[in-house]
Amino acid sequence: MAIVIIGAGQAAGQAAASLRQEGSDEEIIIIGDESHIPYSRPLLSKEYLAGHESARLYLRAEKFYTEKNVTMRTSTRAEKIDTAAKTVTVEGGEVIEYSKLLIATGSRARILNIKGSDLGGIYYLRTLDDVNRIKTAMASGKNLVIVGGGYIGLEVAAVAKESGMNVTVLEAADRILQRVTTPEMSAYYDELHTSKGVNVLTDTGVSGFDGEDSVTHVCCGDERIEADMVIVGIGIIANTELASEAGIECDNGIVVDERCRTSAEDVYAAGDCANHPNPILGRRLRLESVPNAADQARVVAANMMGKDKTYAAVPWFWSDQYGLKLQMVGFSADGDTQVVRGDKSANKFSVLYLKDGALVAVDAVNCPGDFMAAKQLYGKKLNLDGLSDADTPLKDLVLSE
Amino acid sequence: MTKITFVKHDDEEIVVDAENGTSVMNAAVDNLVPGIDADCGGECACATCHVYIDEAWFPKVGNTNDAEEAIMSLNPDRQETSRLCCQIPVTDEMEGLKVRLPEFQF
Repeated sequence: MAIVIIGAGQAAGQAAASLRQEGSDEEIIIIGDESHIPYSRPLLSKEYLAGHESARLYLRAEKFYTEKNVTMRTSTRAEKIDTAAKTVTVEGGEVIEYSKLLIATGSRARILNIKGSDLGGIYYLRTLDDVNRIKTAMASGKNLVIVGGGYIGLEVAAVAKESGMNVTVLEAADRILQRVTTPEMSAYYDELHTSKGVNVLTDTGVSGFDGEDSVTHVCCGDERIEADMVIVGIGIIANTELASEAGIECDNGIVVDERCRTSAEDVYAAGDCANHPNPILGRRLRLESVPNAADQARVVAANMMGKDKTYAAVPWFWSDQYGLKLQMVGFSADGDTQVVRGDKSANKFSVLYLKDGALVAVDAVNCPGDFMAAKQLYGKKLNLDGLSDADTPLKDLVLSE
Repeated sequence: MTKITFVKHDDEEIVVDAENGTSVMNAAVDNLVPGIDADCGGECACATCHVYIDEAWFPKVGNTNDAEEAIMSLNPDRQETSRLCCQIPVTDEMEGLKVRLPEFQF
């Protein structure tokens, strides 16, 4: 018997480490369909794509897993979970028994299915292998069209532009980052990319791709845009099929409680695939975020070891573009008021979002101090007078209860 | 390999062999050193790998870089010798390095 983890991403790697930290000496088996040990996915569209590999991509050295009795089954797809027999069947038919199971299957890129979408030269960016293919294809002077103006698309646009490519970003909505931020931040990033020479086209849906074997043009209605390569970044889909086929409750993700337990006994879920309650936000959600995956993995490990640990963290995110670091806390859509601190033209500012006077979100551009303060001051009422003065520390503006 | 000692806030010492070319943060997570979460993977975006450099070692390790300073400056537990250990490369010169783990990260 072993503790089995399906998926070999951030949550899986953290859960294995946390289980050992919590004192588990049971064998751990990690089953992943990629050929790699757990790595840092956020680096892929940033430093790794740009070729400045200052940070190590793999979360832990390979020998960590052997030394800690963690069996890494890479390039292995889990095909079935039987929650009554407590087994996982992997491709080839091998059946693995589990004492406890963590489903950390993450998410996959949403695939376009339109005319010409199976042509060569069209890429998705989700895995290390994806990025290695993209890196090989990228070359200065080539025309790159990015479908989707979300964080992945914009991070790639920044790296590609800096490497000398001609870059066009196509966004179907009326502004980039429409799903994740406010019109003000969308406008800021639109201007930033435009000023660097990226051709940002909003209200532009893609109807198909032209080319013989490899893509030569992206079709947007009557317009055709020249493309030597295309990268599609139109969101991700949670990998819940294994769980739902096993009869585990799913609803926009695998439904878990505050201890990351699913509806099946001894089966947990964590990371992108888990729909969880957040007591701080007061609602259920599914998050596509590394800190969330790591935090939930720690909760899973503690609970597997019989400890009582619940998940309650303020969500946070980050994005690097052109050397600017955007750090976000909470969700700007939760706010009813917004205040800008600092100087947008100097690319050093933060936008604070308040609801009924209490801080519920921050978007900080090159202002890590405001980001760190916001993590601590989330939910606190702030004095609106003085809030726009970037020289007044946020903690000095907290109103007493 | 370079020997690095992590000292917990209760004075327990954890001595690890770190691979040159990686970071002190990598050495911590590879060896299950508690209190080093390193959620951002070494991008200087989360400040969850804060350590206090042993005073004797601080001149050799050096001061914070700008990105590091900006994210640590408001931490009330920041000390003179505070560093984010994802920003400290492991080299031969670091043989014997001693760092303390702050209590607030546990």
